Amino acid sequence: MSTELDDLYQEVILDHNRKPRNFRVLDAARKAEGFNPLCGDRLTVYLRVADGVITDVGFQGSGCAISKASASLMTESIKGKSVADATRMLERFQKMVTSPEPVDDLGKLKALAGVRQFPVRVKCATLAWHTLRAALESPDAVVSTE
Amino acid sequence: MTASSKTILDAARIRQDFPILWQRVHDKPLVYLDNAATTQKPQAVIDRMLRYYHEENANIHRGVHALSVAATDAYDAARERLRRFINAAETREIVFVRGTTEAINLVAATYGRSHVGAGDEVVISEMEHHSNIVPWQMLCEEKGARVRVVPITESGELQLEAYARLLGPRTRLVAVTHVSNALGTINPIEEIVRLAHDRGIPVLVDGAQAVAHMTVDVQAIGCDFYAFSGHKVFGPTGIGVLYGRASLLDAMPPYQGGGDMIRSVTFERTLYADIPQKFEAGTPNIAGVVGLDAAIAYLSDVGLDRVTAYEHELLAYGTEALARIEGLRLTGTAQRKAGILSFVIDDIHPHDIGTILDRDGIAIRAGHHCCQPLMARLGVPATARASLACYNTREDIDALVGSIRTAKAVFA
Repeated sequence: MSTELDDLYQEVILDHNRKPRNFRVLDAARKAEGFNPLCGDRLTVYLRVADGVITDVGFQGSGCAISKASASLMTESIKGKSVADATRMLERFQKMVTSPEPVDDLGKLKALAGVRQFPVRVKCATLAWHTLRAALESPDAVVSTE
Repeated sequence: MTASSKTILDAARIRQDFPILWQRVHDKPLVYLDNAATTQKPQAVIDRMLRYYHEENANIHRGVHALSVAATDAYDAARERLRRFINAAETREIVFVRGTTEAINLVAATYGRSHVGAGDEVVISEMEHHSNIVPWQMLCEEKGARVRVVPITESGELQLEAYARLLGPRTRLVAVTHVSNALGTINPIEEIVRLAHDRGIPVLVDGAQAVAHMTVDVQAIGCDFYAFSGHKVFGPTGIGVLYGRASLLDAMPPYQGGGDMIRSVTFERTLYADIPQKFEAGTPNIAGVVGLDAAIAYLSDVGLDRVTAYEHELLAYGTEALARIEGLRLTGTAQRKAGILSFVIDDIHPHDIGTILDRDGIAIRAGHHCCQPLMARLGVPATARASLACYNTREDIDALVGSIRTAKAVFA
C-alpha cells in the first residue's frame, strides 16, 4: 500500500470510524445539518453552549471513514472549550487539510493531516467543522459543501 | 449479422485505439471502470474532431462558401448515420441536443407542457437517474400534475404488474430508463411500451446506458422518444440525440427560439422551420456532431453484437469474482443486466473504497450515481460501481478484485 494511503487511514482514523465518539443525539440542543451532495454524506451536529462554553456535543449521520472520524475527533476536541477556542481550532483545522504549512496545537486532530494529499477528500474531513460553524452561528442551520 | 460480428471481440486490439488507456495512474496501469459515467474516446474520434477544426470549421446551413458546405454536409451526414444507428424511420426524427438531460428537458418543456395539465400524471420508475425525475417534477409542479413511481424488486427489476396498474386515464406520459445506470438492469422496454400504447400513452426511453452496449432499434422498441448522450458512446461531451416520432415532433411547440429554427421572421409573426431544425435553435455543437458521427462509425465497425456478447461474458466473470469476496454485496442482480457491478462492502464506505482503488490506478464511481431515491429504496447511502465497456478485460476485473482486498485489509 502507498505511504499516502497509510497517512490517510491512520489507526486513530480507523478507530474513530469503527467506534465514533459522542455519536448521539442531544435533546433540546442547538443543532445543524451538513450535507456533502457530491457523495451523499450527511451529518447532524448537536451542541450545548452555556456562558460561551461548549458543555456538550454530539453527532449523528452517515458517511465515509474520513468524515465520520473527523466528526468524532472534532467532538472530543471541542467539548469543554470556549466558543472562541473552538472557532480558532476550526480555522487551524481548515488550514491543516488545505495547505502544506505546519499547524500547531491540534493534538489528535493532526491524524487528519494526510487528507491534504487527497484533495477530493478534503470536503469529507471538513464537513463536520462546517456544520459546527453553522450550529455556532445559528441554532438551527443546514449547510452544504457544494 | 455480418461475418465479422460472428468473431470474438479482441479487447486488446480495441485498447490500442484508445490512447488514454495506455497511461499509468499513481504509477499503476490505468484500469478504467467508470464507463457508465463517461466512456473514453478512440483515436478516430479525436482525429475527426481535429480534422474538423483544421479543415472544415464554418457555420452550417447558411454559408455559400466551400467551408460552410463541407461543415453542413458533415453535419447532415451525421444525422443520417445516427438514424441508421437506432433505426429511426426518418432522418428528421433525429434532433441534436447537448445530451440525455437536455433531450428529456426538451420533451418535458414542449410535449409535456402542451399535454400535461392539472390532475394529470407522468409515470416514471424507482430506478431513474435524476435527469429522468427532476424535469418531470418541475413540469408537474408547474401544472398541478403528479409523478407516479413504478416500484422495483429487491433484485432491481421493475414490477411490471404494479406498472400496469399505475397506467390510468390521467397518465399522459411514461418516462423510463432502458438500462439502469446504478444497477445495470436491462428493462423489458418493448413490454413497457406495449402496455402504455395499449392505453394510448406515449413513452420516453432514457437510453443513456444502453447505446454503447447493445443494438437499439427504436422502431422495434416502439417508443415515442429515445434519448442518449454522445459521451457515453465513445463520442465527445456536449452532444446527444433526442429521437422523436415525426408526427409527435411535428405537433410539438419549439423548445428554444433563435437562429436556424425559423422559416421566416417578422416582428408580427415567426414561422418555424420544419423538424428537426425547429428544435435546434442557434449554432449547434458541430464539432460534437462530427465527433459523435465518428464514434458511431467506430462502434459499428467493432460491431455491437460482438460488444454485447463480450461484455456479457466479462460481466459474468466480474460478478463471480466479486461474489467470492466476503462481506461484499452486489446491488442489482436482475436477470438481464448490462455491464454494471454496483456493490457495497460491510463496514467500508464506498468513498473509502474509491480512494483506495484510485491509488491502484483503478477508476470507479462511488456515491449515489444521481439516483438518490433509488439509494433510499435500497437502504444504502451510496454504492461503489464498476462499469464496463468493450475495452475492459479480465485483467481489469482481477485488478479490481485485488484492490478491493487491499481495502478490506486496511479496514480489517
